Amino acid sequence: MRNGVIPASTPERGAEAAFAAGLLDPTVAAPADVMRRPADPAARRYDVYRNNVTVSLIDALAAIYPAVRRLTGDDFFRAMARSHVRATPPTSPLLFDYGRAFPDYVERYPHAQSLPWLADVARIERAWLDAYHAADAPVVAPDGLAAIPHDRLADVVFVRHPAAYMLRSRYPAGSIFARNRQEGPAQPLVSAAAEDTLVTRPELAVDVRVLPAGGAEFVGALMCGQTLAAAANAAFAAAAAFDLPANLAGMLAAGAFTALRLPESP
Amino acid sequence: MSDLVARSAGDHAPRRADVPSAPVGVGFKPVHWNAIAADRRFDGFFEVHAENYMGAGGLPHHMLTALRRDHPLSLHGVAMSLGGSDPLDARHLARFRSLVERYEPFLVSEHLAWSSHGPTYFNDLLPVAYTTATLARVCEHIDQVQEAIGRPLLLENPATYVAFASSAMSECDFITAIARRTGCGLLLDLNNVHVSATNHGYRARDYLAAFPLDRVRQVHVAGHAMRDDASGLPLLVDSHDAPVAADVWALLADVVARGVRVPVLVEWDSEIPAWQVLREQAARAAAHLAVEMPTCAMA
Repeated sequence: MRNGVIPASTPERGAEAAFAAGLLDPTVAAPADVMRRPADPAARRYDVYRNNVTVSLIDALAAIYPAVRRLTGDDFFRAMARSHVRATPPTSPLLFDYGRAFPDYVERYPHAQSLPWLADVARIERAWLDAYHAADAPVVAPDGLAAIPHDRLADVVFVRHPAAYMLRSRYPAGSIFARNRQEGPAQPLVSAAAEDTLVTRPELAVDVRVLPAGGAEFVGALMCGQTLAAAANAAFAAAAAFDLPANLAGMLAAGAFTALRLPESP
Repeated sequence: MSDLVARSAGDHAPRRADVPSAPVGVGFKPVHWNAIAADRRFDGFFEVHAENYMGAGGLPHHMLTALRRDHPLSLHGVAMSLGGSDPLDARHLARFRSLVERYEPFLVSEHLAWSSHGPTYFNDLLPVAYTTATLARVCEHIDQVQEAIGRPLLLENPATYVAFASSAMSECDFITAIARRTGCGLLLDLNNVHVSATNHGYRARDYLAAFPLDRVRQVHVAGHAMRDDASGLPLLVDSHDAPVAADVWALLADVVARGVRVPVLVEWDSEIPAWQVLREQAARAAAHLAVEMPTCAMA
């Protein structure tokens, strides 16, 4: 119960509970308190509320996950969203916060098993909306490291930008996302290779880019607060051909970090 | 107009955008952003749904800041669940309050409805039974909101599809009692009046005759949808996806003739038209307001 307060059990609360019970469960009959008019089954009037609730929440998911909808087609998406809405309705009045459990639901959804990359595309879309609404913050300038003495570069620690997210996938999820986020004909995929994706919002526009080999280990380590040296080591361990200057430049251009810190010398 | 417009609290000097120069507005839709920027002649106000601006940052706040710089702003909450039996969500109330403080809207409104029950948020304006117990609860909730925002709230009359056997008073008596007890203002939604009157089989004009028009501080007009109802009885749905209906314009003319002179807002929330279409609806509302008040209503 919100605020930890359990409302007293009153006739009014009982009536409200009876009204609420059928809104997302079509097997529950219209509440008895609903007035019946001659020749007008009250159930039909109550159904307007059932329909409003269900359709508005499906529409909310469709707005958050447009690429998933495009990939599955509208009928498939709405059926999948309807079952999710009924199983996991929102608990917050902020609809841009809704649907956090949807990617996992997509991953388990029996009819979507032939689209194994679909859940990862959904995860990128969820991160896109989180980046869109994230707090405003400055980004480290492209030449931000120039002020750091050369002998201290290895010790630099980066502070994650509030709009920065990194997502790993066993599938080319970033490319599938990019090809299906807009209307119009989609370009065919050039590769089935796994892709890691960096989502950022340096100013007002959300940026989604696929990371090069080793990039996920590098950015991931920096986002966790590891030093530049430790992050570079993790990246080289994952990909011998890791290009440190190019990854550093790309990550700063994307606006993945809001500040640099140089820990006190030991 | 200024005596009808709730001024923002605080001791700062009023900005140009603090009071509407024309008492007609439209619901702001981000899809119209570029068209609005290019339209230098629109001097109306904009209304936004509070919940859409409760994120931390980014484009929504950037747009709202720019909008508020150039136009008066009206803040319309859709999720406070004033009519619910649960206590108000304290976090939601705090977010609502901080939006009021940050953007200093000239009007702040919410609905006579509930939208949450227990842990679930239903994203709909659900109907309230009109009893002494629900009356006390709604008044308590409005007191809490007004205390939090430090100014009167406007309460909007609902569009409903069902009525309750347990209701012990009429909607107008219920709303009149709320306004008296809490001191809140009223947002008279004329499309809701028409939709509810049609759905429940009474005359909209009888409703308006019983409505406390002296407490009205804002009017909404909007479009609705007619559903196929196999019973043969008309069923209207408050869909906000169409132009304002002729019946609703006629109700606006009626309340203007009865002396109501308050900001009027055109709502259009889905199947959103081109900016120019919305602007024409606003111009039509302005034309209704420009009608000279009959002498009998001046007394």
